[in-house]
Amino acid sequence: MSTPELVRSRLDSSRLLEPKAIGAYGILLGLVAFWLTLPPLKTTVLVWPILVGLLAVACGIWAIARDAKRVGWGAVVAGVLGVALGIAATNSSRGNLSTAVAWSALIASMLVYATPLTYAAIGGLWSERSGVVNIGLEGMMLMGCFFGIWGADRTGNWVLGLLIAMAAGGLLALVYGFFAIHLRADQIVGGTAVNFLALGITGYLFIDVYGSNGTPDLSTGHWLSGQSIPDILVSQHGGFFEVAFGDLNLMVWLSFVVLILTYFVVFRTPLGLRLRAVGEHPRAADTVGISVYRTRYAAVVFSGMLSAMGGAYLSIGFVHSFNQNMTEGRGFIALAALIFGKWRPAGAFAAALLFGFSSALAQRLGTIPNWASYAVLFQALPYVLTLIAVAGVIGRSIPPAADGQPYTKQ
Amino acid sequence: MIDPADKEPPVDEAPSAIDRLALSQRAGGVVTPIITALIAFMVGGLVVLASGSNPFSTYKAIFNGTGLDWFFRFGHHHIDLPFTHQRVAFWWDTGSLAASNLQQTLLLTTPLILCGLAVAFAFRCGMFNIGGEGQYIVGSIMAVWIGSSFLKMNGPLHVILAIVVAAVAGGLYAGVAGFLKATVGAHEVISTIMLNWIAIWVGSWLFGLGGPLQSHANVAAVPVSNDIAPGAHLHVFWGDPILQGLHIGLFVALGALIVYWVTLNRTTLGYQVRAVGFNPEAARYGGIGVARNYFRAMMIAGAFAGLAGAIDILGWEFRLAVNDIQISNIGFIAIAVALLGRNTAVGVFFSALLFGALLNGTSTRNLDPTIFRPDLASNLTLIIQGLVVLFVGADVLVLWIWNQRRRLRIRGGAAPAAEAVETP
Repeated sequence: MSTPELVRSRLDSSRLLEPKAIGAYGILLGLVAFWLTLPPLKTTVLVWPILVGLLAVACGIWAIARDAKRVGWGAVVAGVLGVALGIAATNSSRGNLSTAVAWSALIASMLVYATPLTYAAIGGLWSERSGVVNIGLEGMMLMGCFFGIWGADRTGNWVLGLLIAMAAGGLLALVYGFFAIHLRADQIVGGTAVNFLALGITGYLFIDVYGSNGTPDLSTGHWLSGQSIPDILVSQHGGFFEVAFGDLNLMVWLSFVVLILTYFVVFRTPLGLRLRAVGEHPRAADTVGISVYRTRYAAVVFSGMLSAMGGAYLSIGFVHSFNQNMTEGRGFIALAALIFGKWRPAGAFAAALLFGFSSALAQRLGTIPNWASYAVLFQALPYVLTLIAVAGVIGRSIPPAADGQPYTKQ
Repeated sequence: MIDPADKEPPVDEAPSAIDRLALSQRAGGVVTPIITALIAFMVGGLVVLASGSNPFSTYKAIFNGTGLDWFFRFGHHHIDLPFTHQRVAFWWDTGSLAASNLQQTLLLTTPLILCGLAVAFAFRCGMFNIGGEGQYIVGSIMAVWIGSSFLKMNGPLHVILAIVVAAVAGGLYAGVAGFLKATVGAHEVISTIMLNWIAIWVGSWLFGLGGPLQSHANVAAVPVSNDIAPGAHLHVFWGDPILQGLHIGLFVALGALIVYWVTLNRTTLGYQVRAVGFNPEAARYGGIGVARNYFRAMMIAGAFAGLAGAIDILGWEFRLAVNDIQISNIGFIAIAVALLGRNTAVGVFFSALLFGALLNGTSTRNLDPTIFRPDLASNLTLIIQGLVVLFVGADVLVLWIWNQRRRLRIRGGAAPAAEAVETP
């Protein structure tokens, strides 16, 4: 690949496109977001300042993931402030906005939407860091969705439901692993197959078991006894933090734990070093006595289990029921978050939060008559940003070196 | 032809998808796809058995739903000769229920052929075009837009304009992925996945509630586009035009198969595309512009898919609703079509027919509900699709099984090809 290499290095030399510069653009965009609402422009359609503000945040995350931390965080803050002030400025003239954009509720909603993405993105991180591309995240999530609710319904206990979901996701991942690792099947083809299979299996079982009645509404969530995953009630007061963090689902908190543990294990322990070695240079890893196959199997199965946890949260933690293809591309958004976050836990999480925020906002804006149509466009935002991220000539998202390449033992 | 011994994948590097496809094309030919499909249908049969139905009668009912049984029902019938007023004797009854089922099957086969070609063409250039769905949607959006504006335009011209614009739009849309691959080396799988979802959501916005292309005349419960002009409908040559008869788009798809074959096998462009697909480094050494061919191949692939979108709109859909965009999965099934068809024109035709038949035979309208529940059967189709794709990807396994059988027969005299594909 000498031509693309050349093009990249030539464009890299341009300082205007360095991560730091992108962070600076982010700060600028944050200011623009606010400025749009002021005279002389005085935008009344809130979509534009929000969109520009989100772009600023995206620039910030991009810069942070590429080690321009200070400028990056500056851009994130500028973006959020730009949106906040922009809304405040338009708010003074339009009454119904406060119902649409209540910040604390929006943060809670963002976390709700981001959590399934976080689980699946972290799952994808494990698999891809070990050198196995996982396009099948969507399918593994879907398995978690169905088997979570099926298990919780049959056993009457969400803990068992969650475990059954993880087992189902892990099993599908094991099948995928067998084809991708042992049979050296093309991983993209295998992942596509996994998505089809999961769609078919869950749809088939759903109709076969529940038929036209649909799943029962499992909305009782008690510690270790209820059928759905309980919310953790910290506080019921109406303050900002109380609304934002006071009544979140257990799985949301658990996702933070999973995230921190993943960071710690993958980047700070010998085990993680082995995992990354297998993903970057399997031959070298094999030479020093690391079992490439075993590591990859473990990573892929773990990735399936994590994705299934995300799916189970969706069905028994959030929606409390199941319908066919209920993940609706969330697995692909998770994949996008992983790529946007440059295969790093913090980056993937930040991207998941950003994408979750755009979903939450889309859902909120959807309730306002004139903006409902624009709200749909927010759904496309994660994909557009990721497309720019993989296309970006600066600090491009580059996967682990052996990602997607089957390994042949000698 | 290349000597099989030369094409053994280097030991150090794992064989790419293209190497493997080339290998199985030599080693198995038509055998591996058939084994693959058989295994998938067998496992599907086990699933049917597990849920308490008889797999044989279920598959028979699905087969009857496809309308392919039409070919086995001979009799004394008559058919109108086209362009004349004569009636001549014909073996088959063109007005029977089976005939109308067959029309439905062929109606579904048409876009599957075209989208299958979209995947296959990129594949022959060493790229995996997962974006058939997005390109198909872009094509249908453009066809609806052209078809529902310019209402005064002359019919055939209108049709041609809509088709050309849709194909070009599909090509440009896929070209984004090709361009990114050619210039910055962005992996086409990631970019086409992203482009798929962008097309789905932008399409939902365009035709959705309050969207710019939502019909104001036709206020339904579900937001829908304007209808296309009656003059822009494709001619229905078999069956009732009101009940979704078979339109001439089928011939466009068949023509595209020929274009595909000729382009790949009889033109310089096709030679370059295949060369890049086999080995980009060698192609570059031979003076072929690799980046340029990535871009071109992706554009052509996208044009096939965009064409599929236009033909569905002009042939039988006539309008586009948000649901149509969100539940359509023609572009995804096309991946299975191309893979099972080994990216050849003939293969794509037969596997498109297989999947078109399977989709139609398991639909609520065509499957006999007393034998098997159609809502279960449509999910069975998805499972079979998944298995097909899974086993096509693992051609090593299928080839290994095949070679075991051959080895048993030869007893000891193992063929060299068998060694190359041994599983570890």
